Amino acid sequence: MYDIGSIYLASDIQDAVAALNNNPVAEIISGGTDVLIKVRAGKQAGTELVSIAGIQALKGIERDGAGTIVIKPGTVFSHIVDNEIIRAYLPYLAEACDQVGGPQIRNMGTIGGNICNGVTSADSASVLYTLNAEMELTGAEGVRYVRMADWYQGPGRTVRKRNEVLTAIRIFQSEYEGFYGHYMKYGKRNAMEIAVLCCAALVKLSQDKTKVEELRMGYGVAGPNPLRCHKTEALAAGRVLNQELLDLVRKSVLDEVNPRSSFRASKEFRLQLIEELAERTLREAIGQAGGCHKCLKL
Amino acid sequence: MGVGKSLIRVDAREKASGTAKYVADLEPENALIAKVVRSTIANGIVKSFDIKEALAVPGVIKIVTCFDVPENKFPTPGHPWSTDTSHQDIADRNLLTKRVRIYGDDIAAVIAENEVAAQRAVRLIRVEYEEFTPMLSVEESLAEHASILHDDYPENILGHSSFHLGDVSYAEAVKEEGLVQIERVYETQAVQHCHLEVPHSFAYMEKGRVVVVSSTQIPHIVRRVIGQALSIPWGKVRVIKPYIGGGFGNKQEVLYEPLNAYLCTLVGGRCVKLELTREETMACTRTRHAIKYHLAAAVRKDGTLVGRTFRAYSNQGGYASHGHGIVANGANMFKQLYRDEKVLESESFTVYTNRSTAGAMRAYGIPQGAFATECLIEDLAHAIGMDPIEFRLKNCMKEGYVDPHNGITYYGGDALQECIAKGKEFIQWDAKRAEYRNQTGPVRRGVGMALFCYKTGVYPISLETAACRMILNQDGSMQLQMGAAEIGQGSDTVFTQMAAETTGISEDRIHIISEQDTDITPFDTGAYASRQSYVSGAAVKQTGELLKNKILNYAEFMLKRSAEEMDVRDNQIIDKATKAPLLAMEDLAVEAFYSLERSQHITAESTYQCKDNTFSTGAGFVEIEVDLPLGKIKILKIVNVHDSGRLLNPKLAEAQVHGGMSMGLGYALGEELLYDEKGRPQNDNLLDYKLPTAMDTPPLNVIFVERQDPTGPYGNKSLGEPPAIPQAPAIRNALLHATGLAFDSIPLGPEKLVKRFREEGLI
Repeated sequence: MYDIGSIYLASDIQDAVAALNNNPVAEIISGGTDVLIKVRAGKQAGTELVSIAGIQALKGIERDGAGTIVIKPGTVFSHIVDNEIIRAYLPYLAEACDQVGGPQIRNMGTIGGNICNGVTSADSASVLYTLNAEMELTGAEGVRYVRMADWYQGPGRTVRKRNEVLTAIRIFQSEYEGFYGHYMKYGKRNAMEIAVLCCAALVKLSQDKTKVEELRMGYGVAGPNPLRCHKTEALAAGRVLNQELLDLVRKSVLDEVNPRSSFRASKEFRLQLIEELAERTLREAIGQAGGCHKCLKL
Repeated sequence: MGVGKSLIRVDAREKASGTAKYVADLEPENALIAKVVRSTIANGIVKSFDIKEALAVPGVIKIVTCFDVPENKFPTPGHPWSTDTSHQDIADRNLLTKRVRIYGDDIAAVIAENEVAAQRAVRLIRVEYEEFTPMLSVEESLAEHASILHDDYPENILGHSSFHLGDVSYAEAVKEEGLVQIERVYETQAVQHCHLEVPHSFAYMEKGRVVVVSSTQIPHIVRRVIGQALSIPWGKVRVIKPYIGGGFGNKQEVLYEPLNAYLCTLVGGRCVKLELTREETMACTRTRHAIKYHLAAAVRKDGTLVGRTFRAYSNQGGYASHGHGIVANGANMFKQLYRDEKVLESESFTVYTNRSTAGAMRAYGIPQGAFATECLIEDLAHAIGMDPIEFRLKNCMKEGYVDPHNGITYYGGDALQECIAKGKEFIQWDAKRAEYRNQTGPVRRGVGMALFCYKTGVYPISLETAACRMILNQDGSMQLQMGAAEIGQGSDTVFTQMAAETTGISEDRIHIISEQDTDITPFDTGAYASRQSYVSGAAVKQTGELLKNKILNYAEFMLKRSAEEMDVRDNQIIDKATKAPLLAMEDLAVEAFYSLERSQHITAESTYQCKDNTFSTGAGFVEIEVDLPLGKIKILKIVNVHDSGRLLNPKLAEAQVHGGMSMGLGYALGEELLYDEKGRPQNDNLLDYKLPTAMDTPPLNVIFVERQDPTGPYGNKSLGEPPAIPQAPAIRNALLHATGLAFDSIPLGPEKLVKRFREEGLI
C-alpha cells in the first residue's frame, strides 16, 4: 500500500498546470516508475500528486512537414521502440528505449519522466542529447523551449519548474538527417539494469564514406548529468576513418568526463568503460553509416 | 505408473492458473498489520524510544519495544530438536532486542489497522542508541578490543572444530624431497536466496491457542520454536503451511513467526499479518555465509596428493542461526572429495560479526567449500603442469569410500568417473584445452570444470525422521498426507509417484494434501538437506506397504484366497503368479466401508527413522568467453553431470538442475551483498543485487548417470542442492585457462576482472 496524500487526475495540459499552481507542494506523476519507488521507500511519503497519465495530448509521435519529429513526453518506452517514425529515422533512440529496465517498466515508464527526473543514467537522455533535442515546457506563464544542452542543473535537477509540464520533445531534421548512430548501455546484467555507463555516438560521414563529417558523442553516468564530448567531436571532424581516429576518440573523451565512485562502480572502472565504449559505439555507428570497410576493419 | 516417469506435477494446473493458495491468498481482509522497527546502527545498545508521535498516528493500535518483551532467548534454525542439551541449537535471540547486532535489527514493532499507518508510525519513532564500532569482518570481530556481541561468547567465536587425518603432521609430511607446495587464500561472498515470495505470515488465536499461517519449509519446527519463544506449551501452537513461493534454506529457519504470534496475543488474539519487504528479506533474514579459506597442499610431480591443510573462518553475522554447521559441512566435503596420502589437517571457526545473519542456503556450506576445494585442486594441477581432469581422477573419491568420522559411504561405483567422462566429452575438453592454449587479444576463451559430492539428509549428525499417512476412500482412491513440505521442488509429485509404485493405486487416484497443518499432518522435520525424497520417501514406501497389506488382507476376506498369493497393480487386486485381475480396488473399498459383516476403514500411518546416508556426486563443465576490456564473462556452454541415483521423475530432476545451475551462475558471476562501513546494506533490492535474468542465462544442459542407490527407498539419493555447487569453481577454472590468471574470490564481476587484467597488463 502506497502512502499517497492526494492525487488529482488532470484532464488536459491546462488542467494539469492549473492543478500544480493551486497546490504548491503537488508533484507530477506520469508512468509512476520513479515516483512510486520514492513513495514506497518513504522518501516522498504522503505526497500530493497531479497525474498527467490520462492526458491524450501528451501521447504519441509525429513527424511534421518540416521533418521535425515530435515525441510527446507521455509516450511509454515500448511505444517508442515499436514506433515506425522512430524506427525509420532514429533507430538508435529505439535501441536506447528498449534497454530501459524490464518489459513492465517499459510499458509504464515514459520518455518525459526519463528526462524530467534529471538522472545521469537515463537511457534516452544521452541519445536525445546527441540529437540536440528541444524540450517544450508549459507553465502558467506560457510556453518556453529549452535545448538539451541547457536542460540539466546538477544531479537529479533540471530547469523544469515544479509547476511546469514537459509538453513536447522535438528533434529537428537538421539534427538527424544524414546521421547514423548507436547506443550502448553497460550494465552488469543483460536486462533489468541501471546503466553503469552508457554511450551514444552519432556520426555523419563524407559522401565517399571515408571521413567523418560530424561526430556527436554523448554519455550517461560519466558525470553528474548526461554529457556531450564537444572537444572530441571537434577533433574528429574531417578525419579519415581509421584506427588512429578511434584511438584519438578513446583518449580524448577521457578529458571531458567526470565519473564518480559509488558502490555500483568505481571511478576507475567507469573510466575504463568510457574509453572502451567510445571505440565500440563509434565503430558500430560508422558501420551503420556504411563507413569504408577497408579503412576501418569493421 | 510409479517412479521413473515424467509425471506432470500434481500442482501444475493450480500453480499455472493462479488458484493455488499462498499465505497472501488466505489472509483475512481485516487483519491488522505489523511492521518491525529496525535499528539504524549495526552495533550498539538501544537506550530509549520516543514513541509519542508515532502513537498519535490514526490507525496505530500498539507499539511494542524491546523493553516490553520478556527476556527469553530461543533458537531459530530448522533442525530437529535435540533432547541432549549439549547438542541443542544455540538460543541467542529474543523476540525484540535491546542489544543491536546487525543494521536493521528488530528493536520494536508497530501494530496498526493498515499498512500506511504502520509505516508512518515506524518512521516517526525516535530511538536513542549507545553506538559501538561496527565489526563487519571476522578480523575485526577477533581483534583485541572488539565489542562482545553475545555474552556467552566473549571472544565472538561461535564455533570451533578441528580434525587430523594421517599419522604425521603436515609440517612433517612436506619434508619429503621434490614435493610441489602451494598456499592460497580463497574467499566467498555473502549472497541471498531471493525466493520469489518474501517471508509472510499471519497469526490469530482460537480457543486459547495461537494459529500461525506461514510461508515456511519447516512447519513442525516452527510450532516448537514459537512454543519456546513464547514460553507456552507446544500443543498450544498450530502452524499451517500452504503453498510457498520458494525458500532455498531461508525458510528452513524460524524467522518472524514467533514475533507474529506474540503480537497477536497482545491484541486479544485478533489476526495480525507480518509480511516483510524485499529489502527486509535481503538484509534482515538470512544469507549464505561468506567464508575465507586458508589452504595449503603438497603434491608429487606424478600427481599424488600428499597432504593438505585447511583453515576456514566463517562470517556468521549477528546471530547464531545454523551457525558452525555450515563451515563444518564444507570442511567435511574438502575431506571427502579427495584422498591425501599422508595427512589432512583441518580447523574451522565461525565468528559473530555485525553483518546480516548467515544461515542455511541451498547446499549448506558446500558451494563455499567446493569453491575453495576445486580452486586448490586446479591450482595444484596447474603447478605441476598436469591436466586438471587427470589430476582429479587420480585423487578423487572412489567406489567404497567411507568417511572416517561419520561412516557415510560412497555406493556410486564408478559413477563419478563416468560423470567426468561424460562432461569431458560434452565440452570437448581435450580439443578445447589445446585450442585455447596461449591466446592473445582482447577476447579469450577457456574451459574449466569442478567436481562435487553431497550427502543425502543429515544422519548421523542429526535425527532423520518422517511420517506418512494414507487413507483409502470409498471409491478406491486415496489421500496421501505427508509431514514433508512441498516448497516448489516437486516433492508432492514424487511422493505421489512413490505411493503409486508401492500401493498399486494409480497416481490419478492419489490425492496428496499439499498443505501441512501441525494439528493434522503427521510429523516431519521439513524440506532441507536434500532429504525428503530419501527420508520422507522411505516413509511413503513403508506406509504404502502397510496399506497394501491391509488391502490384501481385506481381499483375502472377500475372495477367500491367501493374501500372499495376491498383489495390487493398476487399481486391481491381481493374482501374483498369473497377473490376472481378481477384484477392482473400488469394489474392495466400497465393500470395506459398508460391509455389514466386516466394516473396516483402511488406513495406514507410520514413522520412518532413517539411520543411513549416501553420497551424490557429479561434475560441472563450462566453456567461457572473456571480453577483457569490459570484464565480462560469457558462458558459451555449460553442463551439469549428476550421479543422483535413480531418477524419480526425469523432467522434474532436470528442472531441479536448471534452477540450481542458474543459482550457481549468479553466485559465480555477480551476486554479492554489499555493506557500507557502517554495516548498512547497500544493495538490498533486486535492482542492485545482481540476480541473473533470463537474458543472462545460457542454455542449461543436464546429463544424468543413473545408478540405483542401494540405500535409497527407490534407488534415489540427493538432488535438491547439488546442482548449485560446481558453477563458481568451474567458471573460475575456465577463466584461469582463458587468461592464465587464477582468481581467488567470487563473484567474478567485471570490476574485479578489469582491475586485475590491468595490473597484469592484459589490457
